[in-house]
Amino acid sequence: MDSQKEVERLHARYAHALDDDRLEDWPGFFTEGGVYRITTAENEERGLPLPVLYAEGRGMLRDRVASLRHANIYEPQRYRHLVSSTLAELEGAIVRSVSNFLVVRIMQDGQNLLFASGRYLDRIVLAPVPLYAERVVVCDSRRFDTLLAIPL
Amino acid sequence: MKERTWPAEGATRVPYWVYQDEDTYRREQERIFRGPTWSYLCLEAELPQPGSFLTTFVGDMPVVVARDPAGAIHAFENRCAHRGALICMEARGRAERFSCIYHNWTYDHAGNLTSVAFRRGIAGKGGMPAEAKPESQAPKQLRVEAINGLVFGTLSSKIGLRDYIGPEVLPRLTRVLKKPLKLLGSYTQVLPNNWKLYMDNVKDTYHASLLHVFFTRFRINRLTQKGGVFVSADGAHHCTYTEMVEDSGDAYEKDGMRSAGSQGFALERPEVLEQVDEFGDRVAIQILSLFPGFVLHQIRNSLAARQVVPKGVDRTELHWTLFGFADDDAAMTKRRLLQANLVGPAGYISMEDGAATGFVQRGVAASPERASVIEMGGSGVGSGDSRITETAVRGLWQAWRRHMHV
Repeated sequence: MDSQKEVERLHARYAHALDDDRLEDWPGFFTEGGVYRITTAENEERGLPLPVLYAEGRGMLRDRVASLRHANIYEPQRYRHLVSSTLAELEGAIVRSVSNFLVVRIMQDGQNLLFASGRYLDRIVLAPVPLYAERVVVCDSRRFDTLLAIPL
Repeated sequence: MKERTWPAEGATRVPYWVYQDEDTYRREQERIFRGPTWSYLCLEAELPQPGSFLTTFVGDMPVVVARDPAGAIHAFENRCAHRGALICMEARGRAERFSCIYHNWTYDHAGNLTSVAFRRGIAGKGGMPAEAKPESQAPKQLRVEAINGLVFGTLSSKIGLRDYIGPEVLPRLTRVLKKPLKLLGSYTQVLPNNWKLYMDNVKDTYHASLLHVFFTRFRINRLTQKGGVFVSADGAHHCTYTEMVEDSGDAYEKDGMRSAGSQGFALERPEVLEQVDEFGDRVAIQILSLFPGFVLHQIRNSLAARQVVPKGVDRTELHWTLFGFADDDAAMTKRRLLQANLVGPAGYISMEDGAATGFVQRGVAASPERASVIEMGGSGVGSGDSRITETAVRGLWQAWRRHMHV
């Protein structure tokens, strides 16, 4: 399989894991020291480093999941990810990938909302299995409705 | 306006119509946001150069904040004198002057109308009569004052900013703002509730360790830890703090609190909580609010200004601006960015506030005549060394009723 297809498959598996509430699988999509960062297009354009959410390594990702499962209070909700327009380019041992995403949030009463749109900027290692060395989620909007509990 | 009355119990009750009533919302805009109060506008660091500007809000009123060529900061209503269009449509930038896009009427950095396009017509035809006074509809200009890097504005000429804040809370503000600030970034959390429910929440020292389980599980903030609350003499402003001393008691477990939870819960990577005592007073958390809609937080080494912008009776925007100090080294900046995980819409300890206040807005939908019970710590308003109290919440309502004549 070429790297484009491998990367698209990684993005798809990641999206299904979150949408299926398999949060415990989420850290496993990253390398041991993998970085996950949610930010806004505005902060990126202004060169400002503030993240909405930031984790460095699987330990911090597991902490986020443990907190969502055992500490944080939020109304039952699900996401539906639509990931598209992936462009993957091999750069030495890693692949750089950019994709568009839309995330619809579905509340338990049926209310659904276009919760987030933006770009995934990824650095991916392919061997032995494809994993994110870095996933930067750049949200198009600076606004977040009520709270952002489940990762994007 | 429908007859709206306050419950006979007085300070220990807050009727639910205050979060629902459209007439009340409009009166708040006039009597509070455009009345004798000071509103947070921005950080001085967001206006780094002569000509820098940004747009924001004071209540519903759109506002331009700008630094003039001499370096002075001004603020004025973002409404053209001519037809009322926004004068400035950009979030921020640099400009030598502001021209309304509609008919090119032009303003200086203080909001003074400096030119009206074709005012005298062309070749003796058209234009305004000589006696016309378009300046009579000029945008309102705010009085601006800054305290240690925070810029505030008011339409009132009545009181200075420092006197407005008062001696109980002002030292707690300047305690944090001790050096030039450096902007780290910003975002907006949209809350599905009335703006006062958010201010209620901020002033409620009783809820923090009960709602925010993350706090309690990791012993960041338990009411058994040493701390206290300061309330300004008029009740309007408050500050609460918790000291760094680690609590080893089991009061929560004995009382069966949900927030105590399982004993085995621990972070794999606790550096998200590791604090450097940068102010030298062992304060771990300080939450400070100024009436009507400003919050300053120090949560460990996370520092932020939160601006509360009402958007209708049941919708509020919370504009978060996180900052550090200009002389922070790389390690301190990294620490602040890691601790950004604690706050904001995805914050380990902030995310629930939007949910809880939204639950109140929904819960009281059919009960405008009923009231919440605000009786922790009695019925008074004042400072103290216990946080199992709702004294600052009563202070908020004391100030609100005074402004609203309710």
